[in-house]
Amino acid sequence: MSKVLVIVIRTAGTNCDKETVFAFETAGANVELVHINELVQREKKLEDYQILAIPGGFTYGDDIASGKILANELKFKLEEDIQKFINDGKLIIGICNGFQILVKAGLLPNLSGSFSTIEVTLTVNDSDKFEDRWVHLKKVKSQKSKVKSKCVWTKGIDGIIELPVAHGEGKFIPRDKDVLTQLKKENLIVFEYVDENGMRKGYPYNPNGSVENIAGICDRTGRIFGLMPHPERHITSFQHPHWTRNKRSENGEGDGITIFKNGVNFSRKYL
Amino acid sequence: MSWRIEVREKEGFYDAVGESIKREIADLGFENRIKEVNAVQVYLLEGELKEPDVKFICENLLIDPVTQEYNYKGTAFNDEEFKEVEVAYNPGVMDPVEASAKKAIADLGVKGLRAVKTAKKYLIKGSLSYKDIRSIAEEILYNKVIQHLVIGQSKIISEGSPYQFKLSYINILGASAGQLEKISRGRQLFLNLEEMKAIKQYFKKLKRDPTDCELETLAQTWSEHCRHKTLRGLIEFEGRTIKNLLKKTIMRVTEELDKPWCVSVFKDNSGVIRFDEKYNVCFKVETHNHPSALEPYGGAGTGIGGVIRDPLGTGLGAKPIINTDVFCFGPPDYPYRKLPKGVLHPKRLMKGVVAGVRDYGNRMGIPTSNGAVLFDENFVGNPLVFCGNVGIMPKNKSLKKVKRGDLIVVVGGRTGRDGIHGATFSSGELTHQSKGSSGSAVQIGNPIEEKKLTDTILQARDKNLYNAITDCGAGGLSSAVGEMGEKLGAEVHLEKVPLKYNGLSYDEIWISEAQERMVLAVDPKNINELIDTFNREDVEATVIGRFTGNRNLRLLYDANVVCDIDMKFLHDGLPNIKRKAVWRKPRFKEPMMKAKKDLTGDLLKLLSNLNIASKEWIIRQYDHEVQGGSVLKPLHGPNNGPGDACITRPILSSKKGVILSCGINPDYGKIDPYWMAASVIDEALRQTVAVGGDIRKSAILDNFCWGNTNKPDRLGTLVKASQACYDIAKAYEVPFISGKDSLNNEYSTGKKTISIPPTLLISCISIMDNISKAISMDAKKPGNIIYIVGLTHDELGGSQYYKMNGFYGNNVPRVDPVYGRRIMNTLTKAIGKRYVRSCHDCSDGGVAVALAEMAFAGGFGMSIHLGAFDPPKGQSLLRNDILLFSESNTRFIVEVSDEGRFIDSMKDMPIWRLGHIRNDRAFKIFGIDEKLIIETDIDTLKASWQYPFRNL
Repeated sequence: MSKVLVIVIRTAGTNCDKETVFAFETAGANVELVHINELVQREKKLEDYQILAIPGGFTYGDDIASGKILANELKFKLEEDIQKFINDGKLIIGICNGFQILVKAGLLPNLSGSFSTIEVTLTVNDSDKFEDRWVHLKKVKSQKSKVKSKCVWTKGIDGIIELPVAHGEGKFIPRDKDVLTQLKKENLIVFEYVDENGMRKGYPYNPNGSVENIAGICDRTGRIFGLMPHPERHITSFQHPHWTRNKRSENGEGDGITIFKNGVNFSRKYL
Repeated sequence: MSWRIEVREKEGFYDAVGESIKREIADLGFENRIKEVNAVQVYLLEGELKEPDVKFICENLLIDPVTQEYNYKGTAFNDEEFKEVEVAYNPGVMDPVEASAKKAIADLGVKGLRAVKTAKKYLIKGSLSYKDIRSIAEEILYNKVIQHLVIGQSKIISEGSPYQFKLSYINILGASAGQLEKISRGRQLFLNLEEMKAIKQYFKKLKRDPTDCELETLAQTWSEHCRHKTLRGLIEFEGRTIKNLLKKTIMRVTEELDKPWCVSVFKDNSGVIRFDEKYNVCFKVETHNHPSALEPYGGAGTGIGGVIRDPLGTGLGAKPIINTDVFCFGPPDYPYRKLPKGVLHPKRLMKGVVAGVRDYGNRMGIPTSNGAVLFDENFVGNPLVFCGNVGIMPKNKSLKKVKRGDLIVVVGGRTGRDGIHGATFSSGELTHQSKGSSGSAVQIGNPIEEKKLTDTILQARDKNLYNAITDCGAGGLSSAVGEMGEKLGAEVHLEKVPLKYNGLSYDEIWISEAQERMVLAVDPKNINELIDTFNREDVEATVIGRFTGNRNLRLLYDANVVCDIDMKFLHDGLPNIKRKAVWRKPRFKEPMMKAKKDLTGDLLKLLSNLNIASKEWIIRQYDHEVQGGSVLKPLHGPNNGPGDACITRPILSSKKGVILSCGINPDYGKIDPYWMAASVIDEALRQTVAVGGDIRKSAILDNFCWGNTNKPDRLGTLVKASQACYDIAKAYEVPFISGKDSLNNEYSTGKKTISIPPTLLISCISIMDNISKAISMDAKKPGNIIYIVGLTHDELGGSQYYKMNGFYGNNVPRVDPVYGRRIMNTLTKAIGKRYVRSCHDCSDGGVAVALAEMAFAGGFGMSIHLGAFDPPKGQSLLRNDILLFSESNTRFIVEVSDEGRFIDSMKDMPIWRLGHIRNDRAFKIFGIDEKLIIETDIDTLKASWQYPFRNL
């Protein structure tokens, strides 16, 4: 049986690429790490892959604004390829800087359907500082239980999971009230920052001051997903800050692996 | 046509940058007068741009449409109530945003752009005069070494007209001794008279004066920074002459121990040891003290940037995987009025240094996982900034060899005037005039340039496209090419070196310390593929010359010879100067402190001591988890206690790990440099053991930061410390693999000279076979038993307890390395068998602090009884405060769940049962007479520990 093929994009300043590759490999995929120039020069073609991942880092130094320059490269140089990729029903994930890129390229949440309007943003943390800390995340349940979350990446995740954040510009802000209402109504908010008991709290539980504690969102198809926390940094329990407190038998997989497995398993059906 | 664009947060959106500047202004004493600060980003665009182009650029690139607004019509954002300050970079200082903005505007398809500049504008509201604003600006908004306040509006200043070649000779053949010294001083060569005379002698034989370039090349190569001429020279000490102290002490340990896993030591840009069957790891620690003193952000950033290029330039190139950082500052609450002229306030220095390391390390995607921060008044004028980097490389890429005929290729960033005279500058003393005269020695880094460079070098390495590599560090091309061509000789065409801007002379090109450059030796048959490998990812690679085989260093500029000297003279011509060293043990006042009945207050005060208090504020600003390999992070337990060492897994699919730890103690150095050095070696090793490491798989690095060792008393302390390095490391059987010294750490205000205390940083790297056996320091489970391993002596000299009470004392902790090695190895075995649930080494603040940290980190109280259980052989029942606060070496606090097995495994070792972990939050210590001497709870302990750095 052929394996799902993932493309992890990198460019100057990408720096979570290797661990993202490792996460997808652990989840059972084949992975290629491809420089953006190779796509722009058409040496590699997006259509050859089933999953597109944009990893964390500081692309182009986060100069001007985080993720902006790579977002524009996607928008102005690869627009058609990406739209085709999405229309073909394939998956996209953006983690941290990757989330910033998806949002600033207009690919998330894409309520307008035009792939080009910036409807939400991720901006400077309220603390005005880069911070690396572990957070608790809860999957957001719709107010109306009828609308189930479409996010294919987080299927089966129940209760609270723990992942680290490491960013200076992760404060989620919707453009206006309508966008926020729409996100809620269509159940596109995937994760929110909570405390150990699953309650919404302020700093440091909400590490950046995000509106309504929003940590990750998806598009209407549920196939495009972006989040600030790093699931690729919690693939094994040895990455968790308190693993030494566990019994030996309790150490194994980390909370983040499910996300990658979901992506790979979903794509396998469509190979 | 030029356009000025201003961008800021829209009304109703939180301006995080402005708010944090407001807090800093309030901190300066303006809390009642400052009302609001808005930060405005300014872009200046020059070129054939029409208004619609500019609008398009603004809307699609420069602003965040959700939160920001812009204007470009010259109607700048302002309001009557706000005062304006604009800060721009000085000409010639690299602005990292410039390159990104150019690329991004080209991506938009907009043509005709010629230049981009950025500036920062601050709108300040409050009852402040322009004089207040000016002093605020100087204090927190800009540093005149690299920036200036803009009067009116920023303009794009074109940088330099084309350079007109003019060869210049320096008249030394006819120079008297006095004139030689004057030449050295005037040209910032930092060469002494003997050295100038040796140079004169050499050129006398050639029957000509040297060119400026030749003189500079010699000064760079012979600088203390590059040559370590003090440690390698002749030293007269206690009636004996020591020839090459470094070889007689530090390197001798390694030679005599002859560990088979030491792959390449004291040869390359970093020390290389074996990791597993496939990989080696390498480690290097450097200092960047003087640049950081002048411009903390740029100095510290390029400090970490520079040391990353050491592993990258080791063997055929190692992938950088972990950063370390250790800082020594003046106290952050140091009174402004006491600050020497020309010195930045310690708090500003600290914030700048932390931000510099943060922004460079985080952008490079290298976790900063281990470090230390210390404070002492003697660091006010001369802070210490140590930066380290660990790399990993395939076994067969660990050695290099330049071949005759290889092309010299410079890769990475372009060359500018940045950092000229860095190597010689770092070898001299700082003065209150340094800021003005050595400004060009300060470099600004561009981490993304270095990240691209790293990515592409590793690809070129794996394609076997070059034979040797080294970094452009201190001395720039001069050092890099000089070192690589030492055996063969080299010819370089300086006009081929890509420049950032016009106007650089041949000499400036040769000695510039512009960052993010590496030099490769490339077989001509690989050159096209090599250049393509770099260019594909937007990195420049340029052939600038070749390695000739005639053992000459020949430099040309447009076919004019500007330097032609013998490699042999360059590398071996340095005269061996004899320096005198003396040492007399200083006598400090011995404190007379009465025994107290209650030591609770002392413990809480110790926890708030800056050297002991939580550094979480710094640690969290560093991405210590990128690359995914972090196994033991800097902070432990649910309440973020201080871990002893970090553990990293470089290969995610393997259980093998790398442990890093460090030892440093300037307070002991003031009293006794020998026992200071001994203690910091012990500290680094015991921290490694405390997390489950094994000193038999460990290697150490030395970084000496000393005062001016031309003064005999300073040199005497260096000799004593080096001797301790030999004695202690040899007995512990732990080899040194790399090191560096930074001498002349003195600050002179004209009349007075302040030296730093002798400060040795020992960094330890250790290989761990199975990371699942790592343990942390946080208390794990109520009911578990607490033991102390090791003996406590009356060794409060230099302790934080004495210092807190205003004393130094004299009885510094000593080390018994033979006994110490047995203790450590036995404990390593017990931990390996999983008999120990948590372990913490006893350092600053002694047993009491270690116990408190374990308790609050884990979230459980403790009951400790100093008088309840029999002490081991050799342990006397000292006074309570001595037992609790003495900082004797080779001691650990351990938590055990299976006491019987633990005792068996520690047979014949000095272990002493102290008490147990409670199931509530109370923290109680009973003295030797069983009376309660400390009574508090873990929340109070934690609050005291976290308080000092909480609100920075």
